[in-house]
Amino acid sequence: MIIQQKIREPFGDRVLLYVIYALLALLTLTVLYPLLYILSSSLSSPDAVVSGQVWLFPVEFSMRAYKSIFQSSQLMLGFYNSLVYTVVGTFINVSFTILMAYPLSQKKMAGRSFFMILMMITMFFSGGLIPTYLLVKNLHMLDTRWALWLPGALSVFQVIIARTFFMASIPHELQEAAQIDGCRDIRYLWSVALPLSKPIIAVMTLMYAVGHWNAYFDALIYLRSEHLFPLQYVLRNLLILNAADPEMLANTAQSLRDKGFEQVLKYALIVVACVPVLIMYPFVQKHFVKGVMIGSLKG
Amino acid sequence: MAQTWNRVKQSWELYLLILLPVLYLIIFNYIPMFGVIIAFKDFNVIKGILGSPWVGFKHFHNLFHSPNFPLLIKNTLLISFYSLIAGFPVPILLALALNEIRTGFFKRSVQMITYAPHFISTVVMVSIIILMLSPHVGVVDRVFDFLGFSNINFMGEPGLFKSIYVWSGVWQEMGYASIIYIAALASVDPSLYEAARMDGASRFKKIIHIDLPSLFPIMVTMLILSLGNVMAVGFEKIYLMQNPLNLSTSEVISTYVYKVGLLGANFSFSSAVGLFNSVINLVLLVVVNSIARRVSENSLW
Repeated sequence: MIIQQKIREPFGDRVLLYVIYALLALLTLTVLYPLLYILSSSLSSPDAVVSGQVWLFPVEFSMRAYKSIFQSSQLMLGFYNSLVYTVVGTFINVSFTILMAYPLSQKKMAGRSFFMILMMITMFFSGGLIPTYLLVKNLHMLDTRWALWLPGALSVFQVIIARTFFMASIPHELQEAAQIDGCRDIRYLWSVALPLSKPIIAVMTLMYAVGHWNAYFDALIYLRSEHLFPLQYVLRNLLILNAADPEMLANTAQSLRDKGFEQVLKYALIVVACVPVLIMYPFVQKHFVKGVMIGSLKG
Repeated sequence: MAQTWNRVKQSWELYLLILLPVLYLIIFNYIPMFGVIIAFKDFNVIKGILGSPWVGFKHFHNLFHSPNFPLLIKNTLLISFYSLIAGFPVPILLALALNEIRTGFFKRSVQMITYAPHFISTVVMVSIIILMLSPHVGVVDRVFDFLGFSNINFMGEPGLFKSIYVWSGVWQEMGYASIIYIAALASVDPSLYEAARMDGASRFKKIIHIDLPSLFPIMVTMLILSLGNVMAVGFEKIYLMQNPLNLSTSEVISTYVYKVGLLGANFSFSSAVGLFNSVINLVLLVVVNSIARRVSENSLW
């Protein structure tokens, strides 16, 4: 009797489990399908896309759209700019976050709670769009790369995660031993705490980097010169401003063919824009999950 | 006092480290906070923030009496609560479901695929929405066509804007938002499940009586946070999804601030609108937090 119960779950439980499996499979397909559809459309011929033959796999395989993307100097410049914004911006982010989080993790620091409150207030109050814009303008950073690097250089959320990590995961004994040997804070941070914090620094770097790579709004408000535009801003001009143009909706027979290629081009643009993030995604997925979990521990 | 001074002297390096970020906070967060006073002034570029004349609550008065005001509030609140009601339960259900199945290829695939859309940028996400929904060529419209509905201009239909915005958001964020619940479920004491099995509880009963209650503290925290953000709807996505046809249901406070303030160079009025928005948010956060503390003993502070 006991053995039987161990082997066979009750009927109701098994049914529920199958329902769960089915629902999860359905949900996953719902997420996956649009992504596959976009990839397939980008690899199909304009005719096939416009006449609605593409459902799941590419029809009349063609790489023409990708070829014309890599010939566009505007896009390549956007790629380059995004890379610059991401690399430098992330470096500033991570440095500031560590510089803020490490002292806040030290109990011996007098006035620690003052700095903590100073930081937490910015989470709930902010000047808002216009005062920040005026500040950037007064600092003569409008239309320079600094406008995309400095405002928003510090995420309070990331500081709290890093601080929690410093407090919880680095043994106190290490610091005491280091102090006895005459190792002061800066050297301790550099040669003991940072090497031990590689996982959290990796997570932080990834989160900030994805944020920079995907951002378009800062560019929209602060930048005017075309040679500074990041990829997302270029994409917005190509993909969305075009698509919202009501004249494109009133299509005639001749323009339909031209529009067909534009459509394929758009699908290909989406794929190209996602590739850098999605290529590294499988490798870093675990770290992201870890980051969220550390963040959920209360600091 | 002398003691404190000693402690400061001993750890002076810490203050050196924190100097740069604190300067940053003061310049980029506190100066704009102070700059909010232009909401009570008639800002003039030549006279600057301090030199511009005070006008009291004039801009707020104008805002409350503007014909756009009721519509802005209505759209902002509707989009917010719609997002909350649709977006809040889905990640929880996903986490509960994932918790039931065995770790293996299937579970890993489900997690990996559902987390992925979180990393798609807003620009690309909105492009995907527009392309999938475009009349005649978009796959969604073709399906609707197949089912016998005539071609629908989804993005130009004011009545559909909120649903498109909300459900595409659920599609994009449900997986990532479920991580925090999955983490909470992983830390449930296994002896609870054993006890339930001894008592002959079914799978469903275990979910209802063990899993759900153990998610409750995090649910409350997340709920407070999202209610505290009710007025701060996703500006970036809404702005990109707007077109002249759907403005009547898509114009929210933050897009209005941007258009009037930066595009219309109406700095003072726009700051007043922004300030009104933040004040409501802050009040909401405090109220919801205190209610949560009283009702459930879970709160942010």
